[in-house]
Amino acid sequence: MVELPQRLAHKRHLGDNMKLQGQAHKFGNDINTDEIIPGRYLSTSDPEELAKHAMEDADPEFVVKARPGDFIVAGKNFGCGSSREHAPIALKAAGLSGVIAASFARIFYRSAFNMGLPIFECPAAAAEIKAGDEVSVDLDSGVIADLTTGKTYTAQPLPSFMQELLADGGLMAHVIKKIGVQSQ
Amino acid sequence: MTPPMTITEKILAAHADLEYVEPGQLIQARVDIALGNDITAPIAIKAFRQAGARKVFDPERVVLVSDHFAPHKDIASATQCQIVRQFAQEQHLVHFYEGGDMGIEHALLPEKGIVVPGDLIIGADSHTCTYGGLGAFATGIGSTDLAATMITGDCWFKVPETMLFIFTGKLPRWVGGKDLILYTIGDIGVDGALYRAMEFTGDTIDTLPMSDRLTMCNMAIEAGAKNGIITPDEITLKYVNNRALRPFTFYATDPGANYAFVREYDVSTMEPQVAFPHLPENSRPLSQVGQVPVDQAVIGSCTNGRLEDLRLAAQVLNGRRVASGVRLIIIPATPWIYRQALKEGLFEIFLEAGAIISPPTCGPCLGGHMGILAAGEAAIATTNRNFVGRMGHPESKVYLANPAVTAASAVAGRIVGPDDL
Repeated sequence: MVELPQRLAHKRHLGDNMKLQGQAHKFGNDINTDEIIPGRYLSTSDPEELAKHAMEDADPEFVVKARPGDFIVAGKNFGCGSSREHAPIALKAAGLSGVIAASFARIFYRSAFNMGLPIFECPAAAAEIKAGDEVSVDLDSGVIADLTTGKTYTAQPLPSFMQELLADGGLMAHVIKKIGVQSQ
Repeated sequence: MTPPMTITEKILAAHADLEYVEPGQLIQARVDIALGNDITAPIAIKAFRQAGARKVFDPERVVLVSDHFAPHKDIASATQCQIVRQFAQEQHLVHFYEGGDMGIEHALLPEKGIVVPGDLIIGADSHTCTYGGLGAFATGIGSTDLAATMITGDCWFKVPETMLFIFTGKLPRWVGGKDLILYTIGDIGVDGALYRAMEFTGDTIDTLPMSDRLTMCNMAIEAGAKNGIITPDEITLKYVNNRALRPFTFYATDPGANYAFVREYDVSTMEPQVAFPHLPENSRPLSQVGQVPVDQAVIGSCTNGRLEDLRLAAQVLNGRRVASGVRLIIIPATPWIYRQALKEGLFEIFLEAGAIISPPTCGPCLGGHMGILAAGEAAIATTNRNFVGRMGHPESKVYLANPAVTAASAVAGRIVGPDDL
């Protein structure tokens, strides 16, 4: 079972100044879900298994290079194509802090929140952050810092509805809260 | 008085019990049909169980189709299908399709009248937007959203802005819905309709057969759209009349409704379109394709696996042979289409031409099975995506086209139109 973003929700409730930090891995425009997790691996939904093939058709070396906490920094329309939730699952299970992109395809955007994979829409950061730069993101303020160049950027603020989902611990936790009755 | 709304806004408003909605508004809406397949449903079923839910909101409205890696391509995919089957049996789902009853979901649901005009449909499959061809609001979501909807029967949406595409003029021979949508995606790009609704209208659409309308709406997602939609009319009525399993509602855009974007295309001189690797937006008119040899041709998928598509292919293949060294794979999308094609003698033409006839499956479209490409190979396909590695090896290539061009290319061994044979 995919993990719900309890860690994030917990931190948010405590009011901590939660920061994510790691190295940037750069990708171009229109990175689609076939590149994030190719169709040939979809006969399983095991996160660990999917993580082994994260980004394989965009960069076969990615899983070797990426370390826990790292970020994907990409151009426009990240996550376009199939609705496979295996894509955000694979990236989350690979230990990434999240994805910073100029824009996201809508199904991926929605599923990433549901899964608790932090994503940040910020065209300037996506354009200027270079491969290998050390990047940090402050979840509360939405400030993205490129620690290598010293530049900071502000991501689009999360819609309040999305913040609610994250605060509840993802969509399923949100639903459990709503329908507690049925599970009794 | 309520301000004017587009057809998309009206369907969303009706399902949220609101008189009026506007773009950007977040709404909670009732879902008529929630769909999953053998790839996406297992994740949703896990989430459903983890939530402690015991029953789906309505066993007639949760639809499961094991179509992607079926017939089961390996042990892992057989296990996925087993999870779906057990859940469907336990929940007494009325619409669960596998084995000989199974067809490609987006061809099967309209054919069986499970989805009808005016519906709000979500599916854990990006091509769920196909049903916009019937005048329904239909959109793809992830497995977790499907799980939540299977429990509650509703789903939250942000009301999209609508882009209006007006097609005018008579379609030239060998040009159809596939070409219209490839041309449109080529014009606006793969994120040209991101988060938005694409509404197709104009005198060309007024006479466009239902199969072509479904093809157009099917590929709205390839421009990033939330949904594609066509106002239902007499053609729609004729299609749904003897099929619809539930009462349906015809919605239409109000005069004076707001569009975020309007584009008009004169189709009377349009050529068949071919989308080059590795994005559906790389469409070119057939005359500008040049010399492109192909190793494989695929006619099928939720985009172009309907009976009308097979008839077109048969028209081109009749009395001809597939080029030596080329594999032509024809995949009727549903058991009904399969049987009908057999009855009409299309199979005889396909077999005489040297084609392979596959059982209904999504199969090669997403690089699953039944026609995977090796490194360096090229395929022309009536499918919907030509991303890197989509049909197999990351160093293979996929060109997207309509069924007539795909059939002609199989005969020529390179990308050509039927008139070039």
